Amino acid sequence: MPPTDPAIQLDRVSRHYTMGETSVRAVNELSLSVANNEFLALLGSSGSGKSTLLNLIAGLDRPTSGSIFAHGQNIASLNSLELARYRRNTIGMIFQSFNLLPRMTLEENVELPLRLAELDRSERPARVREALERVRLTHRLGHRPTELSGGEQQRVAIARALVNRPKILLADEPTGNLDSATGEAILTLLRDLQSQLGMTIVMVTHERPLAEAFADRLAIMGDGKLLSTSTAKGLSQ
Amino acid sequence: MKARDLTDLALRNLRESMLRNALTTLGVAVGVASFVAIISIGVGLQQLASKRLSESGLFDTIIVTPKTNLRGMGRPQPEPESDKPPRPLDEDARREFEKLPNVVEVYPQIRFFTEVRFNNKPFATVVAGMPDSSRNSGSFDGMQGSFFSSITANEAILQIEFAKDLSDQPASLIGQELVLRYAERQSLPSAGATADASGNSPDSPGGGFSIVPKELRLKIVGIVETEPAAGYGGFGNARLLIPLATASTLRAAQVNDLRDIVRDSGSNKTTYASLSVRAKSPSQVDALESSIKKMGFRAFSLLDASKSLRIFFTVFDLLVGIFGSLALAIATLGIVNTLVMAILERRREIGVLKALGASDSDVQRLFFVEAGVMGAIGGIFGVLFGWLLGRAITFGTNFYLHRQNLNPIELTAVPWWLILFALAVAILVSLAAGLYPASRAAKLNPVDALRYE
Repeated sequence: MPPTDPAIQLDRVSRHYTMGETSVRAVNELSLSVANNEFLALLGSSGSGKSTLLNLIAGLDRPTSGSIFAHGQNIASLNSLELARYRRNTIGMIFQSFNLLPRMTLEENVELPLRLAELDRSERPARVREALERVRLTHRLGHRPTELSGGEQQRVAIARALVNRPKILLADEPTGNLDSATGEAILTLLRDLQSQLGMTIVMVTHERPLAEAFADRLAIMGDGKLLSTSTAKGLSQ
Repeated sequence: MKARDLTDLALRNLRESMLRNALTTLGVAVGVASFVAIISIGVGLQQLASKRLSESGLFDTIIVTPKTNLRGMGRPQPEPESDKPPRPLDEDARREFEKLPNVVEVYPQIRFFTEVRFNNKPFATVVAGMPDSSRNSGSFDGMQGSFFSSITANEAILQIEFAKDLSDQPASLIGQELVLRYAERQSLPSAGATADASGNSPDSPGGGFSIVPKELRLKIVGIVETEPAAGYGGFGNARLLIPLATASTLRAAQVNDLRDIVRDSGSNKTTYASLSVRAKSPSQVDALESSIKKMGFRAFSLLDASKSLRIFFTVFDLLVGIFGSLALAIATLGIVNTLVMAILERRREIGVLKALGASDSDVQRLFFVEAGVMGAIGGIFGVLFGWLLGRAITFGTNFYLHRQNLNPIELTAVPWWLILFALAVAILVSLAAGLYPASRAAKLNPVDALRYE
């Protein structure tokens, strides 16, 4: 059982867009609680609003209404500078397309969040090394992302997401661009890191079997609403 | 993000699109170069003009005359600057002037009518005494022959027009002798010594003088084409120049002698029609002029003319600067274009940076620094190119002047302030150019940016 203390608390959160003359309710009056150190998988069909919800939790987007608490802080009320600090210190993010900066070496990619956090230059190499050790990629420090396989790139992205020691890791379709074996390896790594470091993971995916195998709990979304939540074990039963 | 990290990232980004950024930077460099070259010509011309003018002695010299002189004859002149009674312009006054701060020299204006005999033919002209300092005034730069061998030499320098009067082949005159016939003033014993202090009583005639014709043989040592002793501060153009000390020993009758006799200054001291007071530099002329006026003399200088000259050059610099800036303005558009393109290309990267916790201002400053770096590098190369361009123009001009048998000139000048100014302009203009792209990049919605393929 995951601990009950909520890391993320969504309360009647809505995010509406206007596209031309029509209003799109990407997230609609959604309430959800994610416990500390929980691994939650957000499932749903395309356009169900799961990525929008992830961006709202990430502080990359703002809700139209409702409140989002992350470790007690209402991020809906933060200004853009505070939101940037929140993304820097509380959140780590990985993406389907890895989003490594192709012009930088692995080392530089992983160092980037430390630069943004204004960590002292002398402390950075050790932190970068530590993060790359966790994903077992220290031997390729000087390589550029394009020289790596997809799975390796995603591992670098994980190292970059973890280097600032975030409390919450958000993963947007992290296995979407990987073959199933590599995808499983990545999720195994995430799970291991979660248990080592103690952090909350919210993962958007549409690969239900993977979600069931690795997540503590599944939340299924449709039309911007939460359709159901259940423990992975319960679902699989 | 810290400044060093920002600069690191900016330089890395600039290196990545090397060709495009190099071309943009080159655009800035060309703009700055044209700006520097054009301004340097303006500055060079100005320096050339002020050098010639200051060498001429016109702008560092104050002409001092007594308050009552022939100009005031017949009608009273307002003397708004008078706070002291008029004083005679005599040896005492001369010594006082010499003691004033920033005075290089004080010398009388000695000019008199004369008749020159050469080959037994008479020629009328005006003689002027030249102070030794005029040797370096530039007026004698291109002269034939040489300047006076000593300050009391019995030597003459002829103005070319006068030399042509004397001989069809002026150059052949050098080394020959001429005879100067002039009127020497010989004092008479004082007739009545009852003058009051003011010296203005018409009932108290002072000592008179008689005028005796004299002759002096002078060796012609040089011929000059300029007019070093044109009518300024005196009368008529002097076409025969002799050393000032020689001129003053002649005691030749001058215009003010008659006035002094009539006005009777109450003393037998020599008085001067006018004294030239030379300041160390034109900038001290104003202060010097007013302190001389306070002493009870009339003083004037050509500084006003030099002021208008400076105004002219300021306007000139401004105009050439505007034309020079046009190239810089076009270079600015290049920066805007490059950075806007970079935003499009790096949209996703901006999104990633924001997702990793970069604030809007981090992104804005990153683009700002990139613009500034292009400006700074462009500025440095621009100053260098501009200087080289100026050298090339000077070289070309001097090549032409050389072929015309004229002396070379320094047409362009790149003073240190121009270097700093051009660099500052390059950076500021580039930052201004970066303003719009940077704020556009900062405002980019990270969700849209991350979705962008």
